[in-house]
Amino acid sequence: MIPERIKAFLLPIGALVALELWARAVHLQSDSLAPPSAIAAALVEAFKDGSILVATRDTLTSAFAGLLVGGAVGLAFGIALGIFHIFDRLMEVTIEAIRPIPSIALLPIALIALGFGYRMEILIVAFACVWPILILSRAAVSAIEPRLIEVSRALRLSPPDRVRKIIIPAALPRIFLAFRLAAGIALIVAVTVEIAINPIGLGAAIMTAQQALRPDLMLAYLLWIGLVGYLLNTGLVIAQRHLFGRAALVGDAA
Amino acid sequence: MNRSALYWRAASFIVAAGFVGLWQVVANLRLVSPVFLPGPDRAWASLVRGFTSGDLLSKLLGTLEHMAYGWFAASVAGIALGAMIGSSRMLRSYVAPSLEFLRPLPVSAIIPVAIAMLGLTQSMAIFVIAFGAIWPMLLATIHGFAAVEPRLYEVARSLHMSRLAVIFKIALPSASPDILSGMRLSLTVALILAVVCEILAGLDGLGHWVLLSARSFRSADLFAGVILLGIIGYLTALAMSVVEKRLLKWRSSGH
Repeated sequence: MIPERIKAFLLPIGALVALELWARAVHLQSDSLAPPSAIAAALVEAFKDGSILVATRDTLTSAFAGLLVGGAVGLAFGIALGIFHIFDRLMEVTIEAIRPIPSIALLPIALIALGFGYRMEILIVAFACVWPILILSRAAVSAIEPRLIEVSRALRLSPPDRVRKIIIPAALPRIFLAFRLAAGIALIVAVTVEIAINPIGLGAAIMTAQQALRPDLMLAYLLWIGLVGYLLNTGLVIAQRHLFGRAALVGDAA
Repeated sequence: MNRSALYWRAASFIVAAGFVGLWQVVANLRLVSPVFLPGPDRAWASLVRGFTSGDLLSKLLGTLEHMAYGWFAASVAGIALGAMIGSSRMLRSYVAPSLEFLRPLPVSAIIPVAIAMLGLTQSMAIFVIAFGAIWPMLLATIHGFAAVEPRLYEVARSLHMSRLAVIFKIALPSASPDILSGMRLSLTVALILAVVCEILAGLDGLGHWVLLSARSFRSADLFAGVILLGIIGYLTALAMSVVEKRLLKWRSSGH
């Protein structure tokens, strides 16, 4: 009986070995595939000359800046809509009209308004991040135990104090879950914007590698982008468990 | 209750109309240069003109076509593969961890690889859309199959049902809520990837249209395209939720 942990690695390792053997057997000359050994060499080389680190920094900077901006807007609106149901009902049509616009459709607007660079990418990432955070934090705030709100009334807390001392702590596990989901979206949107048009970061680097007919470097970047996405997600899941313990599980079920 | 909901809805529409009015005022007062921000009147006029005398309809159909092909291919492949992996405990323990590793991968990163393999063609776009749209359905199907009430499998065994019969009569219906929500998620992914591929490969579609409008500073056309993309997003999601409600009716009725 093979232990589960080892089973998990058998498929990727098997695939890599098969690809390597096949590439050597047919003396692979291709614009789209490269033997794993060449991919590994290209990855090491990109680390040595620092290009991959610069690209990673650019992508993560845009992604996180966009997450912060979009998250702040989404959180503010989400809490406001969760507290004031009148506001929520009045804004319903407006929100439902703007939300389905695919974030990437804003790309040309951001392009003519802001030009290439960080700012347009941050704007698009922010737009994409507003919605999950708005919707999940609105749900989190409306799901707060009504007695807590009653307590805050009985204590005559001022509205800012009520938000700070009761609402945010009570809704925090689910708000963090929303931020975790939005962080994944932020990375995806950032890379997508770079691939589509913006000449910075990992997305632009992988496009350049493709256009330079360097499949080894291109696949190395693909692997690295996958790894960054995986590490970001895993890190946030661990942080969530660590910070909120059992409360984190409640959020995941929702 | 129903009546007050209707009033609220009407009030909500009025608020939205107010925002459009505000947009018009901002555009009329030229607080933002009209090069970047056309008023809603100009965007609307451009939308109407694009449909009556322009080629906006063919662009719209182009985008819908890319989305539909990619999404259908992904649905069929995702559900079939998911059923295969999900119904076998052995396959699941070998394959699922690799899939979990691939899940957070920004799917657009596959675009350069697809371009290297297929060139700047329509098949590239459809491949990318299908690749991106398959994940939510694949993972949802595997999860749905794994979460089937074990007693149902026991019943199937005592009835001597074949593996195919088990899949079609027990596992698929029981996993259908997961699968349908996966399909709805993939629709959004398909729309985004369709736009990106059209921008990159210059394929006939709204993505290409909005980019060209931006390049030549025709902001009214640009906004018309973006509005249309929003409408596609809204209508496809709406259609999917209607289908979802229809197909899942049996769950709420019955016992």
